[in-house]
Amino acid sequence: MLITLAEIKQISLNGVWKQNSSLVQILGMCPLLAITTTLVNGVMLSFATLLVMAFSNFFVACLRNLIPYEIRIPVFILVAAAVVTVIDLGMNAYMHDLYNILGIFIPLIITNCLVLGRIEAFAAKNSPLGAGLDGTMMGVGMIWTLGLLGGIREFIGAGTVLGGIELVIPGTSALQILPADYPGFLVAILPPGAFICLGCLVAWKNWVEARAAQRAALPPPAPLAAGGCH
Amino acid sequence: MVTTKEPTATGMASRTAIILVLFVAAFTAALAIVYTLTKPAIDASAAEEKMRTINEVLPGNLYDNDLLTDTLTLPPTAELGQDDESTVYRARLKGEPSTLVLEAVAPDGYAGKIRMLLAIRANGEVAGVRVTLHKETPGLGDYIEPKKDKNKTHPWITQFDGLSLEKVPTPGDWKVRKDGGRFDSVAGATVTPRAVVKAVYKAVKFATDNRERLFAAQRAKE
Repeated sequence: MLITLAEIKQISLNGVWKQNSSLVQILGMCPLLAITTTLVNGVMLSFATLLVMAFSNFFVACLRNLIPYEIRIPVFILVAAAVVTVIDLGMNAYMHDLYNILGIFIPLIITNCLVLGRIEAFAAKNSPLGAGLDGTMMGVGMIWTLGLLGGIREFIGAGTVLGGIELVIPGTSALQILPADYPGFLVAILPPGAFICLGCLVAWKNWVEARAAQRAALPPPAPLAAGGCH
Repeated sequence: MVTTKEPTATGMASRTAIILVLFVAAFTAALAIVYTLTKPAIDASAAEEKMRTINEVLPGNLYDNDLLTDTLTLPPTAELGQDDESTVYRARLKGEPSTLVLEAVAPDGYAGKIRMLLAIRANGEVAGVRVTLHKETPGLGDYIEPKKDKNKTHPWITQFDGLSLEKVPTPGDWKVRKDGGRFDSVAGATVTPRAVVKAVYKAVKFATDNRERLFAAQRAKE
């Protein structure tokens, strides 16, 4: 059961943009609020979630014909929890420093509605390859969104970008963008700042889409009408 | 002849139950295997991490014994801010007592407890202090951690190095400058350093008063 190019394109577009987990489905708010204080943290937690979603989607799709409908949810949670535990143990063993930063949020990936949501909505009805790709692309969507959110909060809150990168890639260091005596802007670092930033990102995405829809609706570009809104 | 039988409720229930049990057994087995495979690596990383933190406070030339086995378990000790048991690592050089590495807690941080590791030499001097766990505000109070401190050449926490009760005898000096003491703090984040200074003072006093006893005690059985 292979996968067609059109499906790949469709799944990727959905995961990265159209059904973006944070901006459209608004799922996984708890890790989003707590972890996106820096770009590196946001990206690394999203990456761990990507692994969880890709593997649990894949396994569920492989097993989908063996799982009775009535007990599908417990089995889905079992599969996802097993994958989370394997990743938790693996990171603890081989990426110990990173594990220390992400800490409690790795086991908590299992409580992210997005994981179960994608299994139920996609993996349970599709081929393993497509399901694995769907999990990966949802993860990619989460990586860029949480990375951007973390980057914005870090820049406004502390005046740096890529703080903590030395824990992921030894020998590198954070970029100090604003002067070193920048006093910092606490609200951006605290959870309310995450909500405000997320709201702005959602608004930006809707604006981009509304503009694209408007252009599509008016095939000959009409410069005068472009500025109007309804 | 094949007959299609309407499944009974009990039949359905036992069938799904058996399938669920099989799934649980399979995944539990898989997890048990992964756990066994990763355990040595996890233990090694944990020990290495512990030694790395200890080595940050304790210069390598101060000891030649195996620190992770020459330990002592203290009962809950108010002087160290510990409501629970804590571990003392005893560094010795050529069999002679050299340095005590203590775990201390500052209970009154801005956001809960601040856990620290202190190395206090046999002559009462602080060899080093490191914060091991805290929840202080990122970008504000977290400069107590040298990694987050913007001053890379003389991180805030190194102010304690080399101090002892003998050199700084007045308790009033063991305070942040804002409270009339000798320790710097960053404007806008005084609660955090105040808690750390207080806890370090208490721990230094405890180590100085109990030095002989701590070095002589039987090591903890692990």
